Amino acid sequence: MNNWFKSGSPWIWMTAGAVSISLIAVLGLLLMIAWRGLVYFWPSSIYQFDVLQANGESQTLIGEIYDTESIPARRLSDQGIDLRGHKGEFISRELIKTGNREYVDLDFRWVLESDIVSRSQPAGLAMFERSKNGNFYGYITEVLQQGEPVSGDKTEQLHQLIERANDLNEQAIDLQNDEIGSINYQLEQLRLKRRSLEINDKLTDAAIASLDAQKEQLQAQYQILEKALFAIRDKTERDAVVVTDMRGEKITLPLNQVLDVTQPNDMNIAEKIWHFLRQIGKFVSQDPREANTEGGVFPAIFGTVFMVMLMAVIVTPFGVIAAIYLHEYAQKGPVTKMLRIAVINLAGVPSIVYGVFGLGFFVYILGGSIDELFYPEALPGPTFGTPGVLWSAITLAILTLPVVIVSTEEGLSRIPMSLRQGSLALGATKAETLWRIVIPMASPAIMTGLILAVARAAGEVAPLMLVGVVKSAPMLPLDGNFPFFHLDRKFMHLGFHIYDVGFQSPNVEAARPLVFATAFLLVAVIVGLNITAIGIRNHLREKFRSLEN
Amino acid sequence: MSSELTLSSNKSRKIKDKIARYGVTLGGLLVLAALLLIFFYLLYVVAPIFRSAEIHNQTSFNIPHQAQTLAIGVEEQVEIAYLFDDSSTARFFYVQTDNTKNQTAGQEIASIKLLDDHRVSTFAQSMAARKLYAYGFENGSALVVSPKFTTSFPNNIRHISADINYVTGQTPVEMDTQGHALTQLAVEKNMDSLYLVAATDDNRLLINSLSSEENFMTGEIEWSSDITEIEAIPHPISQIRLSSNLAYMFVLSGNHLFIYNIRDLTDISLIQDMDVNADDASVTTMSLLSGASSIMIGNDNGIISQWFEIRTEAGRQFVKAREFDNQHSVSQIVPEFYRKSFFTLSNDATVGIYFTTSDAELFNDRIQQGSIEHMSVAPRSNALLTQTDDSFHLFKVDNEHPEVTWKALWQKVWYEGYPEPDYVWQSTSADDEFESKFSLVPISFGTIKAAFYAMLFAVPIALAAAIYTAYFMSPGMRQTVKPTIEIMEALPTVILGFLAGLWLAPVIENNLPGVLMFLLLTPVGIVTAAYVWTFTPEKIRLSFRDGWDAVLLIPVVLVCAYISFALSPELEIWFFDGDTRAFLTNELGIGFDQRNSLVVGIAMGFAVIPTIFSIAEDAIFSVPKQLSNGSLALGATPWQTLTRVVLLTASPGIFSAVMMGLGRAVGETMIVLMATGNTPIMDWNIFEGMRTLSANIAVEMPESEVGSSHYRILFLAAFVLFIFTFLFNTVAEFVRQRLREKYSDL
Repeated sequence: MNNWFKSGSPWIWMTAGAVSISLIAVLGLLLMIAWRGLVYFWPSSIYQFDVLQANGESQTLIGEIYDTESIPARRLSDQGIDLRGHKGEFISRELIKTGNREYVDLDFRWVLESDIVSRSQPAGLAMFERSKNGNFYGYITEVLQQGEPVSGDKTEQLHQLIERANDLNEQAIDLQNDEIGSINYQLEQLRLKRRSLEINDKLTDAAIASLDAQKEQLQAQYQILEKALFAIRDKTERDAVVVTDMRGEKITLPLNQVLDVTQPNDMNIAEKIWHFLRQIGKFVSQDPREANTEGGVFPAIFGTVFMVMLMAVIVTPFGVIAAIYLHEYAQKGPVTKMLRIAVINLAGVPSIVYGVFGLGFFVYILGGSIDELFYPEALPGPTFGTPGVLWSAITLAILTLPVVIVSTEEGLSRIPMSLRQGSLALGATKAETLWRIVIPMASPAIMTGLILAVARAAGEVAPLMLVGVVKSAPMLPLDGNFPFFHLDRKFMHLGFHIYDVGFQSPNVEAARPLVFATAFLLVAVIVGLNITAIGIRNHLREKFRSLEN
Repeated sequence: MSSELTLSSNKSRKIKDKIARYGVTLGGLLVLAALLLIFFYLLYVVAPIFRSAEIHNQTSFNIPHQAQTLAIGVEEQVEIAYLFDDSSTARFFYVQTDNTKNQTAGQEIASIKLLDDHRVSTFAQSMAARKLYAYGFENGSALVVSPKFTTSFPNNIRHISADINYVTGQTPVEMDTQGHALTQLAVEKNMDSLYLVAATDDNRLLINSLSSEENFMTGEIEWSSDITEIEAIPHPISQIRLSSNLAYMFVLSGNHLFIYNIRDLTDISLIQDMDVNADDASVTTMSLLSGASSIMIGNDNGIISQWFEIRTEAGRQFVKAREFDNQHSVSQIVPEFYRKSFFTLSNDATVGIYFTTSDAELFNDRIQQGSIEHMSVAPRSNALLTQTDDSFHLFKVDNEHPEVTWKALWQKVWYEGYPEPDYVWQSTSADDEFESKFSLVPISFGTIKAAFYAMLFAVPIALAAAIYTAYFMSPGMRQTVKPTIEIMEALPTVILGFLAGLWLAPVIENNLPGVLMFLLLTPVGIVTAAYVWTFTPEKIRLSFRDGWDAVLLIPVVLVCAYISFALSPELEIWFFDGDTRAFLTNELGIGFDQRNSLVVGIAMGFAVIPTIFSIAEDAIFSVPKQLSNGSLALGATPWQTLTRVVLLTASPGIFSAVMMGLGRAVGETMIVLMATGNTPIMDWNIFEGMRTLSANIAVEMPESEVGSSHYRILFLAAFVLFIFTFLFNTVAEFVRQRLREKYSDL
């Protein structure tokens, strides 16, 4: 034993242990995010409990089991929870999500295992996903079409009616966002035009008349559309469903608030998988609801992708040129050395410092000047002088510049010298050699750098909080109104969505699964991008290794 | 035919080549330019806070008048000034010449006779921000007025009109029913009550509490007065002041200050009386700082002392907090409207500008010839108006950021109401009268604390893992293990922060004994497993290739974790009375936050492990093989070779790795933001949180006003972070480059 210790092998085992801990941490983290993120979409069973109350009576609870834990009884009694003569040092309890937020005090409640008299998963229990007030649990009692109960298969009919209501709702939203949004945009443009003429002293009576005429025309259109919108809204209010909730009371839910109904206790595995996939589809394609705590994350995905693509367009030329300079043109000397230190430092400066710089320099100085020069009619309201997607993209472009440089340079250094020399020997100039031989060969490396930069930018949140990301953006940076790209607009971002919903929302408990789902989405994208980049890089190494030999 | 063509095309090719060369060079240098731009831009924003105050004469003009001036003042835009004189007249005049508006400095706008047939015996002025002026008359009555300015924008040009507002009506308020002349007066207003305090020439001190009530029928405001006389008063009274919340009355009599509690007018009590003069000097004047928590006392030897109320063992008491030395006898102290600055005036026109919080003398010089009779500071503190007889001078004051000095940022400061000097960061407030507390010490401390715990967690694991991966692991396995650990670097920190805050923090809180046990059990478990491994049959042992130990240990670590967490509740009952949190707080007196340094340490540790691991692994792996082979050939065990040869050679690289990791930990924002409570406390306790420079910027930057001191201090915080990480990274990079050269020599 002593000898074994002297040989140092316990220490070697310890270092091996560190590797195992790191591996467990990485894989465990990824698996946990994946598991908890995906579980969100899986239809979980709905239970009906009979729970003993303090007064000795039993109460019915309907809901999903959200969490289970076993903790020392002492801790609960310290918190002032009545254990009702529970014996033993440990006590297990369950967190039940009962939904029906407007009818009960709390939509989550802890129930002691010892208080549960019975539990069952009765068939027919339905979960209603609603556009307001979260989920509703209960039994479908009656389906009302135009106020009259329908006959036949209630569930089947209900699904059809919900689909109808959802279609109408969608129509209304489309009308509101596209047509009415476009009119509002044009009205705003007219106002700015008028102001601009006023500033330039060109506001003649003729101009005013023309502007007013356009304005009236738009307002007339607006009236028509508004009527159409109200008509659709009226139609959606036609049907309703009567549900018996856990208190045994009959509640009428208007179908224009019901988004979906599921009866998970009646589903077989295929139906569950189908539901699971459908939920994922909805998650990535729908807008968020209820202050981001429910619904989908489409605007956040869109905002992230848009910003990152804009950033890629900016960062690639600069990064590649800098790498080419460093590898192909720069001579060994103090300038080059300083340049390399600058690259390392750009990579090492905390991201929040970029945010501060971006806010001060890009937003206030550059943006402010742009506003004064090109958008004086909108002042004092800022156009570019406020955080927006363009400034976010530029700020992140500086932040990811070193990633592109390092990766491109590595690619350049792997291209054998002989190729360049061959090209030069045949009479090509250096620029031609670069353009025709070196850059095409280095393009996978540039691609790798770009992918890594995109992955880095997609996960960065701190600087964006200062230069353009918002909790909820009413309009996407890309829409049907000329000039289509609105680079001055603020945008939503997946990473910020996680921070905002997980830490700023009023009901963190209810929002947590959604945050895990968003986190999973973000991690999947970023890890996917990284693995792709590593793959390309390894492939490239192999290719040039064979070339060198 | 084509020789010319070729030549010209060669020429154009050459030109293109040149253009490419210059273009690329320029593009390359842009990287350097970007870094320099960040550096200088941050510096450019930060620089103004360290500038001292300046005063420049702007205009001088004369206003002929017969009566004695009692007070002067300037309106907010510094266009119009006013004076009150002892013929009960208020006069308004322009102070700046503006030809576009036909205004000349000194041109009178209005002269309003406030009252006829009353002889003025005394005059008083409220806190600067309330702009109340009170006349005391020989018949024992008083009149409260306030200048009123209305701004309008006809034709987009600012026009300000001036008028007088009779605060309590045009008829004077009766102060003394016996009709004695008033010798001293003080006025102050808070919400709808207005207090007038007067001393009479027969040595009585009267408080008149006026309360306003709106008449529902007519909409007029009616004032009802209620006069209380204070018994046993000092004599002679040289000055009276009221605190702006109408809680205290300060009566100066010679060198002696009497402080009365007047919150309840039926029970007025003298709570403190003391000598307030500096050593070997006598008191010349008294003034209240904006916010009225501090009393400033001026002395004839130039000492100005600040007094405020703190909680002591003997209850709440006014104490002397600090002194300024002006070196000239102080005749007047003029506080600013909203900040904790004040101006002093001495007889020979010497003006001083001081900021109490930062303990700073910002200006002290003679600003004009002769002497100054009255002096007034503009509401935005950007101008100063002085008056001597008929002549007026308007000065421009540049004093944007008096609150920031080296001392205020990095040393202990005695803030108003605090029992002792302390480091405090508290930047925003509900009202204007708040004293901003801009000590960077607590948040710098928080940064260091967070980085320290993260490094404590990360360095051992990352270095050990790097050593094993680089030195003991089989190459095949290394090829998968290294990227796997490195992929962690790509994980967005917002995800780590979210997991730390919403998942890890509650887990640790509920299983604290399990976490502690895991820390102890895992090393023991690993060594035990290794020892047991030596007894397994050779056949099995040899079937595992070198360097697969790490895989073997995965189940061991998992089992250790399982045992620790499964036993956690039992441990909690055995050792901590069933509730660890309560035990820590009640028995050990250790504060416990759910989101604490332990959580941050683990989460941020994970964020820096890949950085350190990757660089250290590279350094160890690139140690030339002949060195280790030589050592092994000479009979050293692998462990001896590692510690005495490989690690020594690679030590600069390892140092560089740790520096890089530290740089990352110092600047990390999201994890700290999400995994701590962000309270700027100074305590090494691992179970309490912190606020770091970076998180502080992220939290406060969106709310700070552009160009304000707060904004610039946040830029300073960013600049400090920039410099920190610049140093770490540059040193690390230098070391790494040296090492690379050394290896290439070997």
